[in-house]
Amino acid sequence: MTRTITVVNGGLSETSSTRRLADQLGAATTEALRARGVAAEVTTVDLRERAHAITDATLTGFAAQALQEDIDRVLASDGVIAATPVYSGSYTGLFKSFVDLLGQAAFDGTPVLLAATAGTARHSLALEHAMRPLFSYLRALTVPTGVFAASEDWGGDGDAAGALAGRVRRAADELADLVVAREPKRVVDEFASAPSFSDLLGDLRR
Amino acid sequence: MQLGVFSVGDITPDPTTGRTPTQHERIKGLVEIGKKAEEVGFDVFAVGEHHDHPFVPSALTTLSAYVAAQTERIIFSTSIAHITTNDPVLMAEQYAFLQHLSDGRVDLMLGRGNTGPVYPWFGKDIRDGLHLAIENYDLLHQLWRTDVVDWQGKYRTPLQGFTSTPRPLDGVPPFVWHGSIRSLEIAEQAAFYGNGFFHNHIFWPSTHVRRMVDFYRQRFEHYGHGPRDQAIVGLGGQVYVRPNSQDAIREFRPYFDVAPVYGHGPSLEDFMEQTPLTVGSPQQVIERTLAHREIVGDYQRQMFLLDHAGLPLTTVLEQMDFLGEHVLPALREGFAEGRPAHVPDAPTHASLLAARQQTDATSSATSSSTTASESEVPA
Repeated sequence: MTRTITVVNGGLSETSSTRRLADQLGAATTEALRARGVAAEVTTVDLRERAHAITDATLTGFAAQALQEDIDRVLASDGVIAATPVYSGSYTGLFKSFVDLLGQAAFDGTPVLLAATAGTARHSLALEHAMRPLFSYLRALTVPTGVFAASEDWGGDGDAAGALAGRVRRAADELADLVVAREPKRVVDEFASAPSFSDLLGDLRR
Repeated sequence: MQLGVFSVGDITPDPTTGRTPTQHERIKGLVEIGKKAEEVGFDVFAVGEHHDHPFVPSALTTLSAYVAAQTERIIFSTSIAHITTNDPVLMAEQYAFLQHLSDGRVDLMLGRGNTGPVYPWFGKDIRDGLHLAIENYDLLHQLWRTDVVDWQGKYRTPLQGFTSTPRPLDGVPPFVWHGSIRSLEIAEQAAFYGNGFFHNHIFWPSTHVRRMVDFYRQRFEHYGHGPRDQAIVGLGGQVYVRPNSQDAIREFRPYFDVAPVYGHGPSLEDFMEQTPLTVGSPQQVIERTLAHREIVGDYQRQMFLLDHAGLPLTTVLEQMDFLGEHVLPALREGFAEGRPAHVPDAPTHASLLAARQQTDATSSATSSSTTASESEVPA
């Protein structure tokens, strides 16, 4: 059975380094799953394209259609790759606003690979200090290896670039292991599981 | 088809003038809107209960009785009344009293309402909201149908041999709608009692509204009240109308852009596309509103939000005049077209009384009671 992986790309500029990292992680995860005999369907959600819709949904309480489709896609995923630029030591406001729209149960037991980019290595702990607590709160199953890429990781220094590729591979392997070990995600239809009123009333009458 | 006006009674500065109406002006304005609603041919006038700033409608039965004294035909409803923080005993009595004063021109739309801070003002806790809605309504339902009630629950003092006063007019309790945007439990509650289900609709994409109403219809049938297309459904809507749609857009945009509920968010155009908001010509309003049937099927009540976002009273009254002349007749005709004969109208005092008299006639050999009507709720 094909497993679905959704990449949430929080990069704020076109051809952003976050998107670049996210693409690498998506490709490496596809490869890692294939190595385990599992086909993967990887889709990327670019938050930049939904920036207005995300703000609108925050104000009105409902999401425009394209944004709702993205939200539904994340909720239905067997695994998620969450990538954000680091601003002021943390994920961006847009990234958090999107996560806020997903609801409390969005990541219950879902394997999530955490990734971030920044100008300097000085921000590297944002993954552990900001991203991981957020996803722990949401009861996600976070992959042990988070992938952080600073400017130097993309640069000409062969060692640094090699190190990033290695981290990407290791994290993708860990994500693939978690995805394969779990049952395919089943999205619970709230309409199908609504409580019977007789039960609700019975609880009070007892 | 019942066509109505519903209001939340917000006090919002007019963004084009900066002027904010006083509470007194707004309360008197609601009276004018209620009277105008009858004058131009609406069937229902409903106001939503609020106790927090910037809203004024805290005393719905007082408002309704005052307008009822100055009108003859229009039905008073609520949009919504709080079944959570109001005492169900007081509600049973006040709305029955209103029913007598208005000669049966009253029904209720119940909801949980309120934000967290409001509950403690009435000695309640929002975390109990759902259970309060269930227990309180169950008691209210009983108080209107059983003359002498012995009752014990979790959220209020027990009742022993209690009779709520006055008894409902002609022994017929006001029809009840349950309003809910997201809570399936409330749609389920409406279905369980065979009551009406109202979806506010005005801030919600039609895919969601369709699922909520479908769910209610399906559960209505499940609880044995009849086939799903006989369930009683109401929808909200909001319109701003001018003969020329460009004028409507131009006039309404400044109000939309800074409105408390959606201002500074989506564009007017986006919001119109995503929700039932229709700003335009009479024909656009007519077509859009009639198209709601494609979402929920043939339904019984369409309510319009007209007085909000700081629109001045004069504009609201003009809108109502215009709707009465150019929109309501076409809507009535349109909604009647193709509507199957077995789809019922929204219950009214007259229709409920007639139904009860028919039931009484068939069972008159065994009972002569005229005050206690039988509960239609399955045990």
